[in-house]
Amino acid sequence: MLEWIWLVPLFPLIGVIINGLFGRYLGHKIVGILGSTMIGLSFITVSIIFVDLLKLPPEHRFFTKTLYDWIVAGNFTAQISFLVDPLSVVMMLVVTGVSFVIHIYSIGYMHGDKGYSRFFTYLNLFVFAMLLLITADNFLMMFVGWEGVGLCSYLLIGFWYGDNYNAYAGRKAFVVNRIGDFGFLLGIFFIVVTFHSVNFQEVFGAAAAKYTIGAPIITVITSLLFVGAMGKSAQIPLYVWLPDAMAGPTPVSALIHAATMVTAGVYMVARANVLYTLSPISMALIAVIGVATAFFAATMGMTQFDIKRMLAYSTISQLGYMFVGVGVGAFAAGIFHLMTHAFFKALLFMGAGSIMHAMSNSTDMRMMGGLKKKMPITYWTFLMATLAISGIPGFSGFFSKDEILWQSLAGAYGNFWIWLVGVITAGLTAFYMFRAVYMTFHGELRAKKEIAEHVHEAPSTMTVPLLILGVLAVIGGYIGIPKILGGSNPFEHFLDPVFEKSLEIRHAAGLVPHISGESARVLELPLMGLTFVIVLVGIGFAYLMYLKRPELPGIWTKKINYVYQLVFNKYYVDEIYETLIVNPMAAISESFLWKFVDVKIIDGFINGTGNVVRGTGRVVRKWQTGFVQNYALSFVIGVVILVFYIVFM
Amino acid sequence: MIPATNLLILGAILFSIGVIGVLIRRNAIVIFMSIELMLNSVNLTFIVLARQLHSLDGQIFVFFIMTVAAAEVAVGLALIISAYRLRATINVDEINLLNG
Repeated sequence: MLEWIWLVPLFPLIGVIINGLFGRYLGHKIVGILGSTMIGLSFITVSIIFVDLLKLPPEHRFFTKTLYDWIVAGNFTAQISFLVDPLSVVMMLVVTGVSFVIHIYSIGYMHGDKGYSRFFTYLNLFVFAMLLLITADNFLMMFVGWEGVGLCSYLLIGFWYGDNYNAYAGRKAFVVNRIGDFGFLLGIFFIVVTFHSVNFQEVFGAAAAKYTIGAPIITVITSLLFVGAMGKSAQIPLYVWLPDAMAGPTPVSALIHAATMVTAGVYMVARANVLYTLSPISMALIAVIGVATAFFAATMGMTQFDIKRMLAYSTISQLGYMFVGVGVGAFAAGIFHLMTHAFFKALLFMGAGSIMHAMSNSTDMRMMGGLKKKMPITYWTFLMATLAISGIPGFSGFFSKDEILWQSLAGAYGNFWIWLVGVITAGLTAFYMFRAVYMTFHGELRAKKEIAEHVHEAPSTMTVPLLILGVLAVIGGYIGIPKILGGSNPFEHFLDPVFEKSLEIRHAAGLVPHISGESARVLELPLMGLTFVIVLVGIGFAYLMYLKRPELPGIWTKKINYVYQLVFNKYYVDEIYETLIVNPMAAISESFLWKFVDVKIIDGFINGTGNVVRGTGRVVRKWQTGFVQNYALSFVIGVVILVFYIVFM
Repeated sequence: MIPATNLLILGAILFSIGVIGVLIRRNAIVIFMSIELMLNSVNLTFIVLARQLHSLDGQIFVFFIMTVAAAEVAVGLALIISAYRLRATINVDEINLLNG
């Protein structure tokens, strides 16, 4: 069945073609079912491939399926070819699985929207591009998927383009992503120049054979690739597009801007683990940017009142964790958190969508409250996801986040400060998530009367997906129980073959975990407990401030007004970008590029060419008198001259 | 037997008359007839040379030219009639729409 890997992206593409061309004639029901079925078929195919892969011995779990040569130029070739290995299968399972659930959810959520078939076309197109990105076995094909998901993100953020702000948000996402993609593309160029190939196996093999740890060219390549990841995965300094991306429909936020597309950067780093292992500088850069993003985004999330924006900052923060994971060399832990995050963050967004559905599309948490009784399914699933993201023991987020935190302290690239900030961020995460739960589901409903009367639980097409993801958010972590808790971490072992080469490089260079053996056994559990205590403190504060004594936030924020204002205004980063980059750029574009370069030089050149041609024509056209005999005369004169020439010369 | 030179000179004279006719006459039909004269002078030259060189090629060419000329006359006259219907004149001095 591994041979059939090409079917996985093909199904969504069929959905795109049918829904894109004929969707408007098909009727909403068929469009929705068709779009979901295609993703479901993909999921089934991936599942079969996964089972087949499990049957193979671990060292043989690697398969490529080449469809055809895409680009052949001299000794450079790029192929359309798919890669099946544990990493791509895990990603495919997560992407198709979560996509399938969200597609079903969309059937209910987008009910009655006039862009219904357009929505499902874009959504299927997104899944197709994402699957290309994941299954690519070379950088160029990965880049096609990379750009494809960016395009779909743009199309879906601006889905309701009638509203100017939505169109602006889509544009912002696209432009910021372009900046990152430019770095990614430069990275690929460097790879082509250095290795004369874009194929993963060839590049990684050559890199491991030819270069030692710390080779400058590898650092250049990996840093540039990471710039791409910064854009796509919303890391400092390119994270600014993600909060605005919430302008899109909520299933889009759940699928693209929480569960799948934004994790592409993490996947890319994990995929290129050999290159990154060869460059400790890039690894440190990733870990530092990851932890800084995790922390700052968490603080920004603490002050948001818009539930979707709050979740967006939470996503940025969690992506930061994933980058800490891959940045400290714990690639499997990063991917593990990617997976659990896909479950609980998609669930949180879908819960938020369910709330918006009930609250007449209001997203302001100050207007909510007490929804627990009216929307029990939404409440319980949202709570499960909150417990998971906060890292309460037993829920999926606990296993993945703790694994990252432990590796960030004990791993070969670990660092105490990264760990410390990570642990503090875990507390902040618990705080803002429980703040959201208390503000929306507990206490009194603060909405206007006509909205309040309308509050109801969502239809079953929306609640069933919530329940499915709710279960996954709880149990998703049990495939990766660490040794210290009596598990065998099968998830990590499944991914081992992918990261084997990196480990070899690391061993050869003498890089071993900082803390291992006996001291690790002693330390790991207490540290886990410490994190849990900090999480509980966060929850306690949320309980105190937003449930027990709701007047407290007002009093406290007044006391630290400057800090609060700074955080509430998201550190003025948008404003800083606006003044430092966007406005000067716009000014230069207008006064120089438009009014000088375009109008004077380019238009001048084009019009000048036209004028020269016209002027010449004005003179030369006098020859054309319209009298046939004049032409005949010149003809005859020509003949006479020719005859003279031939006869007498 | 008339020497070939004389005949060739006759052909050249006929051709020149045709050329001058094309150049100086204003009536489209007369111009047309001048063109026919040029064609026939060429035919004459072909035949003379065919006789001179004992080759049938020239004669075959003449047949082709006569056939093509017949077709050309049909088309040409049709064009002139159309032009006349449109402009009520066949004076080529008055038919100069395509000027610069």
